[in-house]
Amino acid sequence: MYKIVSKETLNSAVELMEIEAPFVANKCEAGQFIIVRVDEDGERVPLTIADYDREKKTVTIIYQVVGYSTELLSKKKVGEYVEDFVGPLGMPAPLHKCDHVVGVAGGVGAAPLYPQLRKLHEMGVKVDVIIGGRSAEFVILKEKFEEFCDNVYVATDDGSLGTKGFVTNVLQELIDKGEKIDEVIAIGPLIMMKNVVNVTKPLDIPTAVSLNPIMIDGTGMCGGCRVTVGGETKFACVDGPDFDGFLVDFDECMKRQGMFKEEEHECRMKNAQ
Amino acid sequence: MERNMSMTKVVMPEQDPNVRNKNFTEVALGYTKEMAMEEAARCLNCKHKPCMDGCPVNVPIPGFIEKVAEGDFEAAYEIITSENALPAICGRVCPQENQCEGKCVRGIKGEPVAIGRLERFVADYHMANATPATSDIEKNGKKVAVVGSGPAGITCAGELIKKGYDVTVFEALHKAGGVLSYGIPEFRLPKDLVAKEIETVEKLGVKIETNVIVGRSVTIDELMEDGYEAVFVGSGAGLPRFLNIPGENLLGVYSANEFLTRVNLMKAYKFPEMPTPVKVGKKVAVVGAGNVAMDAARTAKRLGAEEVYIVYRRSEEELPARAEEVHHAKEEGIIFKLLNNPCAIHGEDGWVTGMEVIKQELGEPDASGRRSPQPVEGSNYIIDVDTVIIAIGQSPNPLIRQTTPGLEVQRWGGIIVEEDTMKTSKDGVYAGGDTVTGAATVILAMGAGKKAAKAIDEYLAAK
Repeated sequence: MYKIVSKETLNSAVELMEIEAPFVANKCEAGQFIIVRVDEDGERVPLTIADYDREKKTVTIIYQVVGYSTELLSKKKVGEYVEDFVGPLGMPAPLHKCDHVVGVAGGVGAAPLYPQLRKLHEMGVKVDVIIGGRSAEFVILKEKFEEFCDNVYVATDDGSLGTKGFVTNVLQELIDKGEKIDEVIAIGPLIMMKNVVNVTKPLDIPTAVSLNPIMIDGTGMCGGCRVTVGGETKFACVDGPDFDGFLVDFDECMKRQGMFKEEEHECRMKNAQ
Repeated sequence: MERNMSMTKVVMPEQDPNVRNKNFTEVALGYTKEMAMEEAARCLNCKHKPCMDGCPVNVPIPGFIEKVAEGDFEAAYEIITSENALPAICGRVCPQENQCEGKCVRGIKGEPVAIGRLERFVADYHMANATPATSDIEKNGKKVAVVGSGPAGITCAGELIKKGYDVTVFEALHKAGGVLSYGIPEFRLPKDLVAKEIETVEKLGVKIETNVIVGRSVTIDELMEDGYEAVFVGSGAGLPRFLNIPGENLLGVYSANEFLTRVNLMKAYKFPEMPTPVKVGKKVAVVGAGNVAMDAARTAKRLGAEEVYIVYRRSEEELPARAEEVHHAKEEGIIFKLLNNPCAIHGEDGWVTGMEVIKQELGEPDASGRRSPQPVEGSNYIIDVDTVIIAIGQSPNPLIRQTTPGLEVQRWGGIIVEEDTMKTSKDGVYAGGDTVTGAATVILAMGAGKKAAKAIDEYLAAK
């Protein structure tokens, strides 16, 4: 059992939880993820690590309340426990020193992007970020990024904050303005990451993406998370979750994400009852 | 006592094939006391005990059977558990026909003594009638870590705790048991029973820490810095192999590991009561013909598939599964497509619509001693299926070898050990089970765990 030590509502769909998990807190690095099971019958839900505190032995997760299991998680209060919390899973993000990195986040993708950009900043890299969301409400972690990013750009679908439009519009503008970008890290919905790559690939700006496919164990055992990268099958859980965006077959990823669409619906109905 | 000279085993009651292929409760129902005593009376109590030579953990077979014949089932249990920590499991999943029963003198003319069924009966009787013993073993103050709570790890831990060590088992999943929990289905090995066998070891003082992935959450070197004086690695063969043919990432293609883990560990057969789903279509092809393939095929049938095929590139003679599993699968209506090798999976809109196979004929024996299949040119055809389950074997998980400097491994990933002691190239580190051999049997893993426990005891006593 793993204790919830703090909880915060970031917007109407997204919450943050800090959970006591000594093994994970000791070892985790930016880019890695955990699997949580809310109760003893629970699904194994993979969630990226948004932050960690080695002293307090806690790990912070940020999740969107979208389905049966995240709704269950959302019902938990500070001081209560989740049944299982295991990790760190996956490889640490392959971060290296360069002059200028632009992070691109869509929705809750800002959560896993945060520790990566912070680490790059600590390594002496100039870091900018473009955060996207449906509207102002869904732009998360803006203040946290402002603590160390040179520039924080925002794009919203309805224009309620920052540029009206997509994160890719902002990225394109930066490029058009002649900004020299050594690397882009894009984390968010598959379609967003695909579109970012469509901007960066023709210009040959190396772009890392982080995948979060359907999986069970997270240790390489089920192979449910397989993804085609550069024509080869990789397991996102042990070979990733970060991959070279130029090589990822996003269309296949999007199809595979829909494997249990009907079942997800059925399960959500159960919660509503 | 009168010897029973019947040429055949006392029949063990089973659920009717057409009833059981729609439920997940255990297929074989087990002997009654009377049946067990009647079957036990078939044992000749041979002086040279050939059956014991066939047992990887040296259970004193004639000794326990004699007690069963006398009706002293607790005494029989004591005899079995002097050598085997998991009798209820072995009685159900061991390939007895290649081991103890394969060597039984009664098998020369007629059927061998039903050693597996008797072992199962004794273990079940004990579980139903006795409470697990607690430990009054004197502790020696030395800490040993065990990686993995499958058959190898649990056996090793059980042996070491009896010798006075402080033993902690680290398990990556949320539930102990390894392949016994995630792999072997409920209808063949009820999970309550696995839980009880593990509880027995815990009552003796073994600590099990779930949700710890050695190689990620903590490394072997860190465990040793933390005061563990020896480590046993029984991390299994968890990495599924795929065929590397076109279409393998289509929706509707599972590894057997994923399919079985969803159903066994996550209880997807109770969806939506349990939140983890599994999707099985009307027509299912399972590629491979080992025990895992049989488990996957029989599971798919139970989940409502109308037609389930076992697709295997060799012939009936080479089928690697336990005889009983093949027999049960056929009874339940699984269709065997032998001498067929998949070459592509076809799909539409991302979903599987068929599997293309090439017919095979058998040529000369290969390195494994089995006749190797050769494709028959131009014999390709498409089997109409909407689900494909790949069950062609597993490799050892790479996490431990990637994070343990000084641990030598085979090119295919198996940990290299000295055969008599299960000692690895790294001081104080021992290994056994599928992580050393590649996917094999429960009982071989248990044998390795036991051997390692003995060697660890000798190593730490001398230290």
